[in-house]
Amino acid sequence: MANGNPKVELRGVKKRFGSKVVLDGIDLTLEAGKSLVVIGGSGTGKSVMIKCVLGILRPDEGQIFVDGEEVTRLSGRAREAYLRKFGMLFQSAALFDSLPVWENVAFGLIQGHGMKRRAAREVAVEKLAKVGLGADVADLSPAELSGGMQKRVGLARAIAADPEIIFFDEPTTGLDPIMSDVINNLIVSTVKGLGITTLSITHDMASARKIADRIAMIYRGRIVWDGAADTIDNSGNAMVDQFIHGRAEGPIQMEVRR
Amino acid sequence: MNILAAIGRLFLAFLAETGRLTLFTGRAFAGLVQPPIYWRLILQQMMRIGYFSLPVVGLTAFFTGGVLALQIFIGSNRYGAEAFVPQIVVLGITRELGPVIAGLMVAGRVAAAIAAEIGTMRVTEQIDALTTLSTNPFKYLVVPRLLAAVITMPILVAIADSIGVFGGYVVATESLGFNGAVYLQNTVNFVTHQDVTSGLIKAAVFGFVIALMGCYHGFYSKGGAQGVGRATTNAVVSASILILAANYVLTSALFAR
Repeated sequence: MANGNPKVELRGVKKRFGSKVVLDGIDLTLEAGKSLVVIGGSGTGKSVMIKCVLGILRPDEGQIFVDGEEVTRLSGRAREAYLRKFGMLFQSAALFDSLPVWENVAFGLIQGHGMKRRAAREVAVEKLAKVGLGADVADLSPAELSGGMQKRVGLARAIAADPEIIFFDEPTTGLDPIMSDVINNLIVSTVKGLGITTLSITHDMASARKIADRIAMIYRGRIVWDGAADTIDNSGNAMVDQFIHGRAEGPIQMEVRR
Repeated sequence: MNILAAIGRLFLAFLAETGRLTLFTGRAFAGLVQPPIYWRLILQQMMRIGYFSLPVVGLTAFFTGGVLALQIFIGSNRYGAEAFVPQIVVLGITRELGPVIAGLMVAGRVAAAIAAEIGTMRVTEQIDALTTLSTNPFKYLVVPRLLAAVITMPILVAIADSIGVFGGYVVATESLGFNGAVYLQNTVNFVTHQDVTSGLIKAAVFGFVIALMGCYHGFYSKGGAQGVGRATTNAVVSASILILAANYVLTSALFAR
């Protein structure tokens, strides 16, 4: 698997909303067991790309392969089956506020894998411990937690069903620098060494440098640069240089404005 | 030219909305027949939709029954036909006012709550999260609410019917000088089981409309707090209008024979 066999592959993926082209032919490969970070400004199509892979959005053109299987046309049971390989940490954590913390973490186990509630609760407490949260948090409601704790619960939920692939959508956005680093460390420690393939999207360069094996840059719905994480400072790409140094002047206009 | 374009756009938007609602309803029905069925959620929703609507529906039914007795008395008094008050009250309540008033009250209470809850789940990506956890949001969110509303609305209306007739009885005996035993005798002798069942059939349809509108508008809400607010308003308004429209269609279908 590890040598050259891609876990997830996007080929020429296009998506538009009305007349607005969001993805304009994305080609991207996730190697098995590696961490890929996609960087790019707000509104460049990062989230839409992830939602296409997860089947939340259906691409207009192009193909997406997971373990060599084309998944864009799957529906119903077949789709639920391939989604079981995935875990996802949402930007806003997206915890179910009607359920206590432990049930959030155990949700995929109970609903997706049919585990008994009592057993699922034990797994949930164990996963919460992995992200540094005690068993006392398990019965709280998500609304009672701080933003950083919610992110950690979201992370515990993402890893609960032992997925093969995890997506992180802006894992550090909205957190203070120290909590950001805590989350980055947790991502590295929970994922690295377990052979899990990850795709993260972020505009936080500190986070990208910490968790990435490879970095790709997206701009106007296309991948404009793709390389090993330690070569990002010598990419020779004017857009990448502008982004990682956070300059308003350069080849990228508009998109870096909020 | 511009007016024509605007009319055309409006018409196309209407067609698109109708198509989307039809697809939504179809997916909801598909979720209804495929396992898994979330019994725990259905029971939870039955409590929320049915049980907690009892006070508001009961109170409105009581006052509606009372005012109905009063109005019929005033009207029939002109012809010396006051004796028909119990018959007309029970007919009006079971066939029309029970289901319609309960439907409108539950639409205000429940369609709004459903739209706000599901709409918030939409804009905070909780619905996307359900999908990534291999859970079909239609089966998990929409089907339990639809089932719970269709099951509990007839029960609510049956209770509302009784309370409404009781409201009429209280007003008639306390302030209009009716004999209680005669009033009840006339009510029971007059009402047929078709009067009641037609009202209960209406109630089930109204329950479906209420849950469907709440789920549909919540499911497609976008744009943060404002979008959720808009979804809530649209859910209540469309549910209320559809209830009144469906009431006419059902009445002509059920009583035409």
